[in-house]
Amino acid sequence: MSEQRPAAAADRLPVLKTHKVYVGGKFPRSESGRLDRALAPDGTPIANICRCSRKDVRDAVTAARAAQAGWAARTAYNRGQILYRIAEMLEGRSGQFEALLAAGGTTPDQAAAEVQTATDRLLHYAGWTDKFQQVFSSVNPVATSHFNFSILEPMGLVGVLAPESPLLGLVSSIAPAIAGGNTTVVLVTGSQPLPATTFGEVLNSSDVPGGVVNILTGRRDEMLAPLAAHRDVDALLLCSPDPGIARSAEIEAVHNLKRVAVRPHDDWKNIQSPYEITDLQEVKTTWHPIGS
Amino acid sequence: MQMSPATASFESPPIDTVGVEERVARLCSRSIKKDAKLQALHLTLSMIDLTTLEGADSEGKVRQLCAKALQLHAALPDLPHVAAVCVYPALVGVAKRALEGSGINVASVATSFPAGQAPIEIKLLEVRKAVEAGADEVDMVISRGRCLAGDFAYSADEIASVKEACGEAHLKVILETGELGTLDAVRRASDLAMRSGADFIKTSTGKIKPAATMPVVLVMLEAIRDHYLRTGEKIGMKPAGGISTAKDAIRHLVMVRETLGQDWLDPDLYRFGASSLANDVLRQIVKQRSGIYQSFDDFSL
Repeated sequence: MSEQRPAAAADRLPVLKTHKVYVGGKFPRSESGRLDRALAPDGTPIANICRCSRKDVRDAVTAARAAQAGWAARTAYNRGQILYRIAEMLEGRSGQFEALLAAGGTTPDQAAAEVQTATDRLLHYAGWTDKFQQVFSSVNPVATSHFNFSILEPMGLVGVLAPESPLLGLVSSIAPAIAGGNTTVVLVTGSQPLPATTFGEVLNSSDVPGGVVNILTGRRDEMLAPLAAHRDVDALLLCSPDPGIARSAEIEAVHNLKRVAVRPHDDWKNIQSPYEITDLQEVKTTWHPIGS
Repeated sequence: MQMSPATASFESPPIDTVGVEERVARLCSRSIKKDAKLQALHLTLSMIDLTTLEGADSEGKVRQLCAKALQLHAALPDLPHVAAVCVYPALVGVAKRALEGSGINVASVATSFPAGQAPIEIKLLEVRKAVEAGADEVDMVISRGRCLAGDFAYSADEIASVKEACGEAHLKVILETGELGTLDAVRRASDLAMRSGADFIKTSTGKIKPAATMPVVLVMLEAIRDHYLRTGEKIGMKPAGGISTAKDAIRHLVMVRETLGQDWLDPDLYRFGASSLANDVLRQIVKQRSGIYQSFDDFSL
């Protein structure tokens, strides 16, 4: 962590970490091999990050699709356990995340608060995994001799444009998607990508099956359109306050009539609700004939 | 090793495994993009033997596969059709009726596929029945056990008698390279098959892994080239098993072009035995034309 380096290291050439992307439970470099510099607010380089292209989007979608059926087939209780495990691992590395946020210009107090809120948010959705079904499913009154009921099923593969909020926003957008049995391809295009790539390391050590969350870093104009148009993506979660971005992605999304959910929030402190889960669920209604 | 009379007359050259792997690695690094890629994808489709070889195959499944062979993707009516449909002998008649007048061949595996462990009389009867039912091509398996034990004369005789039983039908000889163990054995079996009357040599049954790996295919292609230079006879090649992506298929085409030349880039001399390759190629063609990444859900089984 940068600010904890010993003073004796002043004349030493720093070893900048290359933050690789997280795809299919592995940490590859971008397909093109391109890199961007992550800069501190004062302009000093602090790390290298991968600049992904549409080919990385393609590979990430393949990984997410392969993982989807298995993840949805896990018991809701088990998905809750795994979300709880992510929270445990995040708590264990809170110091590292506070340092990363501080390096991006957040004050130490704000950074500590953000890491804690992010951890608590994971617990919130860990609790909801095996409960939202009871709350939002229904047995419906019908006039015919049918037993009619509606249940929620995951949309499948959700493409996420991650918000500018580097940790809390990221966690708040991914957690409800995977809590409901979706797999995700997350595009991290904001000015502070390092917490997201490090969060990939947390996920990788938290029993999350490979491919359930895939995190790509790079530039929005190179990645969002291919993801939004991709016919194997079932839904989009667009976390951006810019209506123009959401609109252009929605236009691309019409090819296979994706569900599009837009989250324009700047402040993610209070964005926590089971409706975040149900927005990425499909309602299935069954008409089951019964004797009269 | 003691040479039996049938093989004493020829010697297969030793294979440099490291050299083969390096050559393959270099050929795999070619970049085929845009128009060239689209052309390669179309060629791949025209070379596919659409295959179903399951115990659970039924008439309905074969008819469905034939429908797929006749029209690969409803949204793209201008695509070439596949080269053949490959089924078990019992279902040849069904496939033949479904494909009548389409120009698509019916291929049948025979000779106690996939193990080949049956008396020769039964194998020949199976071949004759398949041809009677209308098979245009017969895919036989060699007796790997005999080959590995050094009894090449038996295998040579067997291939020759199957060729005779085939009559007009084309004979593809499956070496099942996954069971041969070494590239030297692959080369020897390739030479043996070509000298005994094979029209095509084929890597694998698809039932055993590894199947059509690039080094194995390169060794077989070089055997075909040497046979051509020696006799002027053009033998076909069919890798089967394990080629499931368009990218793999294009790599194979590059290898064929570089080893045997343009003549072999033709469904009469080169085939892919595959069940899932066609859909990936279709996916890539639609992606190439529309610019949008496709889902497997959009293509029929």
